[in-house]
Amino acid sequence: MRREVPLVLTAIVGLTMIISHFIPPLNMLKDLFEDWFFIIAAFAIYLGILNLIRINADKVYKKRSDWPFGVVVILGFLLITIPGLFFSGGRSFSDLGTPFYYLYDHVYYPLSATMFALLAFFVASASYRAFRARNVEATMLLVAAFILMLGRVPIGDMITAWLPEGYRMGNAADWIMDFPQTAGQRAIMIGIALGVVSSALRVILGLERAMGGE
Amino acid sequence: MDQGHQEEEKSFWEKLLSIDRRIIFLFITVAVAVPLFFRLSLHIAVTPVAEGVYQAVQSLPAGSKVLVSFDYDPGSMPELQPMAEAFFRQAFRNDLKVIIMGLWPQGPLQANMALEEVFKDKDIAAKNLKYGVDYVNLGYTAGNEVVIDRMGHSFEESYPKDAYGTPIGEIPLMRGVRNYDNIDLIFNLSAGYPGTQEWVQYGVDVFHVKLAAGNTAVQAPSMYPYVQTGQLSGVLGGMKGGAEYETLLGIPGRAVRYMFSQAVSHAVICLFIIIGNLAYFSLRRRRKSQMEVQG
Amino acid sequence: MSSELIGVWIGAFLTLGIFSFLYKDNPFYKFSEALFVGVSAGYWFVVTFWQYFLPKLIDNLVLAYTVLTSQGRVDYHWVYLLGGGLGVLMLLRLFPTVGWLSRWSLAFIVGTTAGLQFTRYLESNGIKQVQGTILPLIVGGSLNTTVGNIVIVVGTFCGLIYFFFSKEHKGAFGGAARVGVWFLMITFGALFGYTVMSRMSLLIGRMDYLFQIWLGLY
Repeated sequence: MRREVPLVLTAIVGLTMIISHFIPPLNMLKDLFEDWFFIIAAFAIYLGILNLIRINADKVYKKRSDWPFGVVVILGFLLITIPGLFFSGGRSFSDLGTPFYYLYDHVYYPLSATMFALLAFFVASASYRAFRARNVEATMLLVAAFILMLGRVPIGDMITAWLPEGYRMGNAADWIMDFPQTAGQRAIMIGIALGVVSSALRVILGLERAMGGE
Repeated sequence: MDQGHQEEEKSFWEKLLSIDRRIIFLFITVAVAVPLFFRLSLHIAVTPVAEGVYQAVQSLPAGSKVLVSFDYDPGSMPELQPMAEAFFRQAFRNDLKVIIMGLWPQGPLQANMALEEVFKDKDIAAKNLKYGVDYVNLGYTAGNEVVIDRMGHSFEESYPKDAYGTPIGEIPLMRGVRNYDNIDLIFNLSAGYPGTQEWVQYGVDVFHVKLAAGNTAVQAPSMYPYVQTGQLSGVLGGMKGGAEYETLLGIPGRAVRYMFSQAVSHAVICLFIIIGNLAYFSLRRRRKSQMEVQG
Repeated sequence: MSSELIGVWIGAFLTLGIFSFLYKDNPFYKFSEALFVGVSAGYWFVVTFWQYFLPKLIDNLVLAYTVLTSQGRVDYHWVYLLGGGLGVLMLLRLFPTVGWLSRWSLAFIVGTTAGLQFTRYLESNGIKQVQGTILPLIVGGSLNTTVGNIVIVVGTFCGLIYFFFSKEHKGAFGGAARVGVWFLMITFGALFGYTVMSRMSLLIGRMDYLFQIWLGLY
């Protein structure tokens, strides 16, 4: 039961999703499975959140290191959940003017945006310390990065203004993006597509060991 | 060069390589912050892929229906919001009908913010655009690519009501809009998943709609293969893409202004990379010659 | 003091809290980080409830119940109980003795994803991309297009050869793989350049928020 049921379930659902492309009457079953997918995904999100709260509650209860920040995590969770569930007008909870939107706009958004903005500093520091033209391949990477970074801003064309029009850094950046970069991206894309297709087949046919197959 | 001078030069490069990273952070802060105060608008060169987006919208006759999908959150605002505002300006100036939706919860809210900004323009305010007639906001529906797929059969299946609770059958603009067959162009603003790739996979390749996109700079390079095959009419990449779009419209805005900061910060990073490599090669040469001497 | 002004100050305070990490790790940063973790969890809890849980599960069950009580017939929407059941099985992962039951829910998720992506990746990212690579290598009257097409065909082909690890990369095959690596390095360099652009854009956005919206300096 532990192994067989998941394998059969995967096979039935996966094959239904594929075959419905070719047999449109199966679309009703496909739509149903898609809706169930989102229900299970919702529970999976709740699983993650419950686990997070459990870990932090445990940290606070046992007074482990940095336990006051565990309190902050739990309070932060309650700060947005309670207004969002009970005081923000139900299904129009994210409309302009609701308490949920206010907290989203002035607490969640600044924190989230700034976390990502921090990366700008670390990318600069990492470039300085680690970006070395050690060999031919690294040099190619470096040169391409240089041309793109300068060519995509006005400074690139300013530096190469002495070159005839059509041969400046901006044009070089355009050429790199349109041709060699597109070729590289396409190779990666096709490779991923083949990987996805073969993994999907292995999973649906029960051949994937990680999913309980042989 | 004598031994003492060599010792001094060696310690200079080593010091440079082991510089406290907070100095680098300070340089980046200054490089980004100071240009913001100058509010300079630099000349922006337009790329063919950005031109593709502009032409895709410009070629539509008045009255054409454009579906705009806002698939980003405020975290990507600096890159995508200028594109959204520029798109609305182009669409309303050309008397296109705009249907707004979102696959991300915050997307439709970003759309309203962009509309608020654009309606301040005198020429657009003079058009007296009416909600439900000239534009409509269908809001957000959960389901990611499944929504794209279902809209191909029926918009009403995914969006029975608009963002304000009005059944879409009662909205003048939505009468006669059953599915993608009744849409002339889709414009997608995307910061990740679900986004442009899903629109290509489930919208373009299944229902053969025309699609143009604006992406964050991280995503944009991976869209180029779709442009080359024609699955995408064009793509705007990051803040530069927004600046290009504003330039094509002849209305330099926030993105063009931000490009000065962008340019200076890129130059600073390139400088750091050059210095780092000079130090690296200098030290490597020094160690090699020392080994030769010892050998 | 308006609520909007208070909100801007809260946002600025939290922004500076996160930025303080650049100097060194400190309690101000740890507080902001912990708050971010909690608020993110809360945000997704609320969005999931109103956008997924309620419309996809509860609304369908309520509809089925309404039909049963008003019309006395069993509506097909009762099948959503099965979906809900699979969802509940997912939560059992929290309990070690019955956690294995969550594998049934995971199997459903994996099967749906595999089935959905199979056809789409094959067509959009596989077949259409191969189609786009079938280009004329000599275009009369246009040297640019000729060179461009050669670059795309050679680059895609050699890049794919590099990813074929079932054959040793030596001889002509190895040479082609090496050319593939060069194209991939150019691609990664371009990706790096664009990533820098993206990160700087986010930083510009935050700086603009602090200087213009919070401090009103311009």
